[in-house]
Amino acid sequence: MTIRGFKNHPYIPNSNLEVQQEMLREIGLESLDDLHVEIPEELKLKKALNLPKAFESEYELKRSINKIMNKNISSNEYINFLGAGCWQHYVPAVCDEINSRAEFLTGYAGEPYNDHGRFQTLFEYESLVAELLDMDVVNVPTFDWAQAAATSLRMASRITRRSEALVVGTICPDRLMIIQNYCDPGVEIKLIDFNKKTGRMDLEDLKKNISNNTAAVYFENPSYLGFLEDQGEAISKITHDRGAILVVGVDPSSLGVLAPPSHYGADIICGDLQPLGMHMNYGGNQSGFISTKDEERFVMEFPSRLFGIAPTIKEGEYGFGDIAYERTSFGNLREKGKEYVGTQTALLGITAGVYLSLMGPKGMYELGENIVQKSLYAIEELSKLKGVKGSRFNNIGFKEFVVDFNHTGKTVEEINEELLVKGIFGGKDLSEEFPELGQCALYCVTEIHLKEDIDNLVKAIREIIE
Amino acid sequence: MKRIVRNSKVRDFHQARWNEPIIFELSRKGERGVLVPKAEADIVKQVGDGLSKIPSKMRRNGLPNLPEINQKRVLMHYLRLSQETLGGDVNIEIGQGTCTVKYNPKINDKIANNEKMTALHPLQDKSTVQGILEIIYKTDLMMREISGMKYFSFQPGGGSQATMSMASIVRMYHRLRGEEDKRDEIITTVYSHPSDAAAPALKGYKIITIMTDENGQPDYEAFKAAVSERTAAFVVANPEDTGIFNPRIKEFTDLITKAGGLNCYDQANANGLFGIARAKEAGFHMCYFNLHKSFGTPHGCGGPGSGALGVIEELRDYLPKPLVEFDGDKYFLDYDLKNSIGKVKSFQGSPQVVLKAYAWIMSLGAEGLYEVAKIASLNNIYLINKLLEYKGLTVPYKVDTQRIEQARYTMEEITKDTGITSGDLARRIMDFGMHIWSSHHPYYIPEPLTLEPTETPSKDDLDEYIKTIHHIFDEAYENPEIIHNAPHNSTIHQVDETSLDDPEKWCPTWRVYLRKTKED
Repeated sequence: MTIRGFKNHPYIPNSNLEVQQEMLREIGLESLDDLHVEIPEELKLKKALNLPKAFESEYELKRSINKIMNKNISSNEYINFLGAGCWQHYVPAVCDEINSRAEFLTGYAGEPYNDHGRFQTLFEYESLVAELLDMDVVNVPTFDWAQAAATSLRMASRITRRSEALVVGTICPDRLMIIQNYCDPGVEIKLIDFNKKTGRMDLEDLKKNISNNTAAVYFENPSYLGFLEDQGEAISKITHDRGAILVVGVDPSSLGVLAPPSHYGADIICGDLQPLGMHMNYGGNQSGFISTKDEERFVMEFPSRLFGIAPTIKEGEYGFGDIAYERTSFGNLREKGKEYVGTQTALLGITAGVYLSLMGPKGMYELGENIVQKSLYAIEELSKLKGVKGSRFNNIGFKEFVVDFNHTGKTVEEINEELLVKGIFGGKDLSEEFPELGQCALYCVTEIHLKEDIDNLVKAIREIIE
Repeated sequence: MKRIVRNSKVRDFHQARWNEPIIFELSRKGERGVLVPKAEADIVKQVGDGLSKIPSKMRRNGLPNLPEINQKRVLMHYLRLSQETLGGDVNIEIGQGTCTVKYNPKINDKIANNEKMTALHPLQDKSTVQGILEIIYKTDLMMREISGMKYFSFQPGGGSQATMSMASIVRMYHRLRGEEDKRDEIITTVYSHPSDAAAPALKGYKIITIMTDENGQPDYEAFKAAVSERTAAFVVANPEDTGIFNPRIKEFTDLITKAGGLNCYDQANANGLFGIARAKEAGFHMCYFNLHKSFGTPHGCGGPGSGALGVIEELRDYLPKPLVEFDGDKYFLDYDLKNSIGKVKSFQGSPQVVLKAYAWIMSLGAEGLYEVAKIASLNNIYLINKLLEYKGLTVPYKVDTQRIEQARYTMEEITKDTGITSGDLARRIMDFGMHIWSSHHPYYIPEPLTLEPTETPSKDDLDEYIKTIHHIFDEAYENPEIIHNAPHNSTIHQVDETSLDDPEKWCPTWRVYLRKTKED
């Protein structure tokens, strides 16, 4: 049976039969059947693919997909207190405007001459994040924070020629899974205990486990469970005394008010750009960054592209290019390249640059202050509820906090089910990831929450548990 | 007024040149780009400034050194930079071979920019995300049909991450059979994507690279000699980046299967094969598609994309978790994958990209996908025929081998005749509003060009592209200086790249630039 194509499709100009015939004539073929002669008959499909029938108009397509997508309830319709690696922040309109500009959206791997703008925006993104981190070098973004952390540990392993990394036990279990897969084989991951009251890293356990085979020690600020790890300097000392590299993961939205990890000894900083101007997109806008000092031994271990500024042949003109391109798998190295490089999340880097330019130092400070105040308020108000402890850890945090429901007589699952009925997405149930915490949930409060949202939450929980 | 005559051989183009400062140079103290919400007075009354409760060593001393710029100026800056970027929507994007840059329908972006997509949190209760789960599940069903594989994961964020995921599955597969130590080699071919070597190398494998025979096909004898009880897997693209399809692929995959290895298919070059040939019939156990290439979703200057990863039934349990499933009533996430490699990307990968790919397939159906493959190939063969009319340009290996969706050409002869290299051409073609990618490392084919027209350009577009290349080749013979000194109509002049490889001089950020160029 001959399969016939879809004629005159708007996306396929040369599906116009007349033009097609003219082109075939010019190249000496009779029909489209004369193409694909290199594919053996036994590999060729003899019947049409069994796919749903195509929509006959753009209108029908839009209407059908919107009907499916309308089954979703967005986090703007309900009040959302979920974080845990993807956070609801306000996205300034200018971020959306630039993010959806066709030149950037449909751009790809152009050269410095046709894509000067793309090179400049990514160089500026690197430079802006570097200021936020108070570090020198930032890469073109990776897939997400987990990828950035995994690559940081691999970089540390190559620099130190050691094969073990010590990772704080409060890490997000999903992030840990990604790191473990990426580091296997080559870098063994060992978990370090944490203090069950404060959440802080157990320094005795760190000392016990660190050895001359430790390439890196990794912790996060704020931690996955929201609290601040304030022993950075002590951890840094223990790490460096053993010749290992300190890698710290950070939420960049905190850095208007919190000390960047470079101030307490981090050699490599990583994290996620999603809080900086990216919509949640059901978790589809995560985007990782890696940052180091401007030292050759660090720079040469990046697998990612690094766009640097360079002069052009005309005095007074800036150009851009790849720093040490040959170190990447795009260079001459292939299997000898540092990990690999390909399509990751560059558009989100550009967007993060727009966000930081709009926010400026003051905006980042006010954002941080706002989040700290609102989360403190939420913790205090939740603590007024019978049997509820607003913060499980006896330690200050940023943006997220563990709410303890162990003494309410209800499970987090039950509470969240009832909150859902009231139009609220309650915090993430931690009872499976951290069974030692019992019935606890990870709540997230950002600048998008108004006092009335937090008061509504507290009122709703009161009705559920009392 | 006289009518404008449109018979010029090439386009009279000049790219925007704004001499736009680096963003830090725009800073004016006190300016603001956006106002952020503040905590209400009642909250402040209750908790105070909040910050004083943070231990002083954890607080930032002073503000970050970000620029202070008003909103209009930020907008103007980025819009100017967007004008200095030649995205796929703006130019006849044929020069970005191996990347399948095709038209990205605007309606798909509109659909995906709806709050019902953008404002979904990945941990929302499943009852509130039935729509997006339905889209992912239905896209999975369509991918299965297109490839012949049995299950798909949309977790990988791009092709290289999908390749790494395939290599991870290979390792887990042999580990659970007790053969991990014994099987330490992965075979690939020289014209497969660099990540097909790099990602398995990251997973600890020794990489064996098969060179081509005189026809440009992977050397079967060399391949046969490389397969052994140490073979863990074969990772390959077909057609390879030369556009040449290996017709003996089934013999290759059969050998691997017989030797106990797995066959992994990099389908980055799948655009010419839709509805024509599939991974399953060619003997593959796994494959992936780049949704941001073959399925028409935007490349975003390099992501976010999606590397949709498919496997045969027996390998379902090795996929990263969770998978989206349907129980006949509700869509849900299935974490019960007992041999799973764990996770490779956060949450569900890039669902907005899957949504756009779903819309793209639903705009075309089976007939449209077949038409895509046929016209992409027609456009490619037309381009090859017309370009090769020019002396000095050729395709390596057998000229009469029909390429599929792209071709790698060589300018070796023109370079010998005139000194003009493919790098020179990449700079000069910019003067006519077009782009050629200069990276085909390593240069096994001298002075390479990889051109992939896809189904997007019309015959008029193809003819303009061909005329432009021929025009530049004429210049190479008549006036090579104009090419050596190109670009002339770009935003900038030639970059002096000498500092980019020198640790003393490279400037990866503005602060490093300021430090290294400080005058004593």
